[in-house]
Amino acid sequence: MERPGFRRDDESQPALDWADYRSTRLRAPARALRPLGRGLTEVTGPLLGEDRVGPLDHDLTRGGEGQPLGERIIVHGRVLEDDGRPVRDTLVEVWQANAAGRYAHTADRHPAPLDPSFEGAGRCLTDGEGRYRFVTVRPGAYPWGNHDNAWRPAHIHFSLFGRAFAQRLVTQMYFPGDPLFAHDPIFNSVRDAAARARLVAALDLSATEPEWALAYRFDLVLRGREETPSE
Amino acid sequence: MSPGTTPSQTVGPFFSLGLAWADGPHVVGEAAEGAIRLGGRVLDGAGDGVPDALVETWQADRDGRLGAPGFRGFGRCPTAADGTWAVRTVKPGSAEPGHAPHVAVSVFARGLLRRVVTRIYFPDEAANAADPVLAALDADAQATLVATAVDGGYAFDIRLQGPGETAFFAV
Repeated sequence: MERPGFRRDDESQPALDWADYRSTRLRAPARALRPLGRGLTEVTGPLLGEDRVGPLDHDLTRGGEGQPLGERIIVHGRVLEDDGRPVRDTLVEVWQANAAGRYAHTADRHPAPLDPSFEGAGRCLTDGEGRYRFVTVRPGAYPWGNHDNAWRPAHIHFSLFGRAFAQRLVTQMYFPGDPLFAHDPIFNSVRDAAARARLVAALDLSATEPEWALAYRFDLVLRGREETPSE
Repeated sequence: MSPGTTPSQTVGPFFSLGLAWADGPHVVGEAAEGAIRLGGRVLDGAGDGVPDALVETWQADRDGRLGAPGFRGFGRCPTAADGTWAVRTVKPGSAEPGHAPHVAVSVFARGLLRRVVTRIYFPDEAANAADPVLAALDADAQATLVATAVDGGYAFDIRLQGPGETAFFAV
């Protein structure tokens, strides 16, 4: 079947088999991934539109009893394909710990305080130029038991669809200059330094709202469509 | 190609905060013609159920149309404590000549630094014999991709690692 697929970028992606991250040991497939060819199913994808997003869903500081504790921030950027083309009207979902490093999840046992004003989940659609914007609080670092004195650098989880099954991406956004980077096996599972840098947001004073919230910019780049079949 | 793609990172153990939808497992409504239950377990290399995985499905409608208006085609189900997942859907039609009906699957979990991708095929489908994706696999790997007919639908277990490991694809 001769039809364009989506360019692979394996150098930028983490290996599944990464022993420093203990939970991979019984979960990473042992066999090599198999080639799939050019099926129609994987170059198409769901259209998840406005019916999935409420008007306040981009603002993680709303919906609770009051203002959440912590440093209020704006997180914004664009969703692009690897040739710079914007991905319009695509669903962006985020979730994160609160400012104390605790998730509002029953399985999180970290003895840091919950915040009744912070659920830590949001979603929005990108606009016609691929832009998205969230208002939230800066999440805290937290311990996770992977190894002795293991702490995750502060991060926000992102989930993206793009326009095809092949473009689906779940990742994490980090904050610039975090001293925990060197000690985090999840961050360092991306072996290419330039690719790791793409996981780190940039302080964006131009998008800051003075006297109200600092801003960080985080662009996400999905695989782009091949011009011609590579098979 | 200039910017390079954003690396994947694990979905982690707390993804249900952001990714669990009340209607996630409902690819079709309860009353939809031909509605079936498609599900099974996600198992790790020790054979234990994975309690914190997310299974997503993408498929054609009964007529083999991908992305047809009014048909979401997409399902999403976090696993339960014993690793079980299920979506309510319809058996897809063949999306293109020579290709057997199938459902594309992504699995995300703590411990998976990127998703793994597989396909679910259906038993008693003559078209399986000529499907180019199945044909490229040895018989053991093929067998991991074919669901089992059960009352009300089909069962499909996903073995991440070890004996009977599911065939995963580089999509």
